[in-house]
Amino acid sequence: MKLVYFAWVRERIGIAEEDVSPPAGVATVRDLLEWLKTRGEEYAEALKYPDAIRVAINQEHVRHDERIAGAREIGLFPPMTGG
Amino acid sequence: MSCRVTVRIQSEPFDTADEITAISGGDNDVGAVVTFSGLCRDEAGTLHALEIEHYPGMAEAEIGRIADAAAKRWPVTALTVVHRHGKIGIGEQIVLVVAASRHRQAAFSAAEFLMDFLKSRAPFWKKEHRCDGTEGGWVDAKEADDAALSRWDRGKQG
Repeated sequence: MKLVYFAWVRERIGIAEEDVSPPAGVATVRDLLEWLKTRGEEYAEALKYPDAIRVAINQEHVRHDERIAGAREIGLFPPMTGG
Repeated sequence: MSCRVTVRIQSEPFDTADEITAISGGDNDVGAVVTFSGLCRDEAGTLHALEIEHYPGMAEAEIGRIADAAAKRWPVTALTVVHRHGKIGIGEQIVLVVAASRHRQAAFSAAEFLMDFLKSRAPFWKKEHRCDGTEGGWVDAKEADDAALSRWDRGKQG
């Protein structure tokens, strides 16, 4: 699946997008965030406060208990400040 | 009733008068047009510009979903939302909401509802550029903006 990052999540991780294949057992958005934190210091720093991370699956907002099976694209970003 | 929804995300400035003409021109059933413009302010002279990042694709889709929800709730004829991205100077327009309806109350309510949801749900992020040349960092989301959404839960009288 493709992960896309925005704003300070993108800056702290250091890339705008990447393709990943999470191991079996990574079932929900919350699991995905915890798994990503193990991938390096940048990830651990960017995702230090998982509750502050907003997530979209296939470009629609989801909660952290949402399952990620079948997701083509998952967006990770801070709370939004448009308008 | 069907509602014409127009959503545009662009870096170029827009012209509010043109958007009013576009939304009401040729439709003789429109009796009210409400517009909201969001501008870039200078934060007591410290801010030089804002840089706005967005999630291409999702930004359009999410604003479209919010507009559809507004159109279900109030009898609006047409809704237009234009949101800019990229670098925006002080005094420039960032966002425009235009709501058209037969009577004014629907247009007022729909415009306010759209802005409230857009601020907390549409994937845009603002970064500050300060006058002293330093980067001011990302603007924090305000709790007041989240709180603004809850008032729309109470009944449907809007």
